[in-house]
Amino acid sequence: MPRPSALLAVEHLTKHFALKGGLFGRTSALVQAVDDVSFTVERGETLGIVGESGCGKSTTARLLMHLIKPDRGSIAFEGQTVGAAEGLSHRQLHRQMQMVFQDSYASLNPRLPVAMSIAFGPLVHGLAKAHALARAMELLAAVGLDPALFANRYPHELSGGQRQRINVARALALEPRIVILDEAVSALDKSVEAQVLNLLADLKARFDLTYVFISHDLNVVRYISDRVMVMYLGKIVEIGPADRVYGDPQHPYTRALLSAMPSMDPRRRTRQAPLSGDPPNPIRPPSGCRFRTRCPLAEKVCETTPPALLALAPDGARRVACHVHVPGSGHTRAAARGAA
Amino acid sequence: MWAFTLRRLLYAVPVLLGVSMLVFALIHLAPGDVVDILVPPEVPKAIADSLRQRFRLDEPLYMQYLAWLGRLLVGDFGVSFFTGRPVAEELSGALGNTLVLALPAAGVGFLLGVVLGALAAYNHDTWLDKLFSATAIVGVSLPHYWVGIVLVAVFAVVLNVLPAQGMGFEGLPTSWEHVQHLILPVVTLSLIPMGVISRLVRANVLEILSQEFVGTLRAKGLFNRRVLYHTLKNALPSTLALMGLQFGYLLGGSILVETVFNWPGSGGLMNLAIFRRDVPVLSATIVVLATIFVVINILVDVLQALIDPRMRR
Amino acid sequence: MADVAVPSTDAATALKRAQQGKGYWRRVWERLREDKVTLAVIGVLAMLLVMVVFAPWFTIHDPYTGSVLRRLKPVGTPGHWLGTDEVGRDLWSRMVYGGRLSLLAGVVPVFLALLIGGFLGILAGYAGGLLNSAVMRLTDVLYAFPSILLAIAITGILGAGLQNTILALTISFIPPIIRISESVTTQVRNLDFVEAARASGARRLTIMRYHILNNVLGPILVYATSLISICIILAAGLSFLGLGVTPPSAEWGLMLNNLRQGIWASPLVAALPGVMIFVTSMCFNLMSDGLRQAMDVRL
Repeated sequence: MPRPSALLAVEHLTKHFALKGGLFGRTSALVQAVDDVSFTVERGETLGIVGESGCGKSTTARLLMHLIKPDRGSIAFEGQTVGAAEGLSHRQLHRQMQMVFQDSYASLNPRLPVAMSIAFGPLVHGLAKAHALARAMELLAAVGLDPALFANRYPHELSGGQRQRINVARALALEPRIVILDEAVSALDKSVEAQVLNLLADLKARFDLTYVFISHDLNVVRYISDRVMVMYLGKIVEIGPADRVYGDPQHPYTRALLSAMPSMDPRRRTRQAPLSGDPPNPIRPPSGCRFRTRCPLAEKVCETTPPALLALAPDGARRVACHVHVPGSGHTRAAARGAA
Repeated sequence: MWAFTLRRLLYAVPVLLGVSMLVFALIHLAPGDVVDILVPPEVPKAIADSLRQRFRLDEPLYMQYLAWLGRLLVGDFGVSFFTGRPVAEELSGALGNTLVLALPAAGVGFLLGVVLGALAAYNHDTWLDKLFSATAIVGVSLPHYWVGIVLVAVFAVVLNVLPAQGMGFEGLPTSWEHVQHLILPVVTLSLIPMGVISRLVRANVLEILSQEFVGTLRAKGLFNRRVLYHTLKNALPSTLALMGLQFGYLLGGSILVETVFNWPGSGGLMNLAIFRRDVPVLSATIVVLATIFVVINILVDVLQALIDPRMRR
Repeated sequence: MADVAVPSTDAATALKRAQQGKGYWRRVWERLREDKVTLAVIGVLAMLLVMVVFAPWFTIHDPYTGSVLRRLKPVGTPGHWLGTDEVGRDLWSRMVYGGRLSLLAGVVPVFLALLIGGFLGILAGYAGGLLNSAVMRLTDVLYAFPSILLAIAITGILGAGLQNTILALTISFIPPIIRISESVTTQVRNLDFVEAARASGARRLTIMRYHILNNVLGPILVYATSLISICIILAAGLSFLGLGVTPPSAEWGLMLNNLRQGIWASPLVAALPGVMIFVTSMCFNLMSDGLRQAMDVRL
């Protein structure tokens, strides 16, 4: 039951991609990109989503934006189901939720002046061209680019940081409530990245935005997020307030991920590789818990039963998908049933 | 790999069927029909009609098509209206003559193309390369049949050192005299492949030379021959593919050069057939040439997939 | 980063310029203006066009009347500065008048093929799926023929004449244009900014109008213009074979064929029509190259 303050509620989102092969192009295998993912996005927060490459973060983003059709599951915005007859249409959802992509250059039409790229969204939703362009100019100023200088430029005439600002302006043009940032700063130089992050923080306060920030860079996510969601092979393994997840990670994968972060602190040395082996194939993920093949705590029960994402405490703020934290699961480290 | 080859072959079947249907449709769209060509117009209608019946022209189109296709598949290409000889016989002889022209032309064109292209790429940004680029543009704009005429004008008429036209022999050349007949047509025919291949080779070699691993090899002091070897190896797949295609064009598109030099190849045969409105010869030749082209395309695809696994879809 | 001079620093003016949206094509035009070679070539072609259209003004003799007494006169004969052909007609007149048909048969098929093939290709590339497969398989059948063969098949079987020539050449050029249109459209369709446009909630037609067409038409147009030079050569080639324009019309390829008989007597005259084909073809080639460079956004 989505809590009243949840802006976005995602339930059991699933997407499997079919792989074609063989003689007649039959579907030979399924890539289980996103599997039964449920979470909420609270009003006004920044939800960070982290994980290795291939864990399903970008696919999740595209599923939220309805750029890909989910196989199963539902999305509800402010309580209204998207795509249902009585709920929100996809077109309406696009007015509430927008996305900034990773590749700043490929995200912009090389043959349109950037002002037109920004104005395109409002134009599509019925605004007159003059007004749409005027809005674009305002947004250019809002992201720190002088409209007089930048409005008629083409993407190839701008630097990566400037282009990403344009992309942010474009995302804001429709006055969305939620902005999904899919590796939006990953391709930028560190100094530029810092500038853009500060810009994002500014804009969030100014326009009362909610962010979903997807990245593989753990430091950045920690810096910017209120809550963090950790994904592995298409499933959520841990979710909770950022400082708690970073300070006291509960899932073995989160622990391994965090301990692998390079640190400037000479006292923190990595003595032993925290994760062994390569990430297994999303085509045939391990049975039961998907992390078990690399988990130092794996046991028989992990092979047979997939762990559910369950709350650690009654307030539900932190949830972990690991048998160790489920009383009575059968894991040797789990507490007995009924224990606190 | 075999799946790929099989798929490619299976895929060619509807294409070839389409080709046959196209040719058949063209034949029947042509003004007048077979009988009109065969008999003079004064012939009474009754006789003309009975002839039509004999040729099964009164049957529904699709039946005629199937019958025609069936005959093609067993190699029965019909009989020439003009000479009365079986088309298959004339065609195979003519094809042989075209091969006598096409093979040396391909050899010369490909070899010179590779050499010139590589040279131009090696000497990038020098006068040699600029000359090459200029020549390339000129080459692509030249009508090769005109070049043939000019060559004849220069070497046969003005200088009188080579024969102006004709094949001069049967089968394979066995003497210098025979070869003399070959020189001008082969040179003319080799121009287009040479131009096309040299441009591709130059582009490929340039691209490879600019890649980083070449810099590494150079830094190691292994330049020149090793680099040449590596470069060619990388440029090979797409070059081979293009060569295959060009050879197909040489076989299927030789008509212009053969007309200039009065060469009795498949092109020359087609020319005569057009002139004489010899429909069986013309249609059979077109179908056969198109089929050869399709087969060459398949071979090229398979070869490419063999060399470059990324090509296998 | 290119240094683009924006004439004013006023935001309102910038807004106005943005609204006019002439930016891209103006830059193409500006770039073209700087390219001396292309301009020269376009000039030559324009001059040719004028001469050909206003042929009576540029020639003295009638291209159809000849006198057997004056057959195959060489270049420089008084009154016939390029000589005469095998029937005694003035060669210069024949060449100028011949330009009409040669240019017509060279440009019109590509133009028609661009319309038909471009439409089909873009549609197939954008729609994907079954429509794409259908169009591409049809194209494959036509691709089974080397281009000359297809043109010859059509004109050889259906008969010679200008109409059939244009028909045959149009059909020959439709497959390559479909192929490139489909390929470019598919590439563009998969780019991030198209996805971003979809994320804005735009409908397919809107995306086509604002994002696909302006990225796709450029390369297709450039490719089509590069085909013109080939078409001119092919059209003349068809006439050369007797499959194109019919006598007594003047046309460069046809003239080339007819003059072959006279090659022993007057080799230079016999080769002249080919020069026209070559020069025209090369001009179109250079023009197409210049256009391509001007349209390349990244340069």
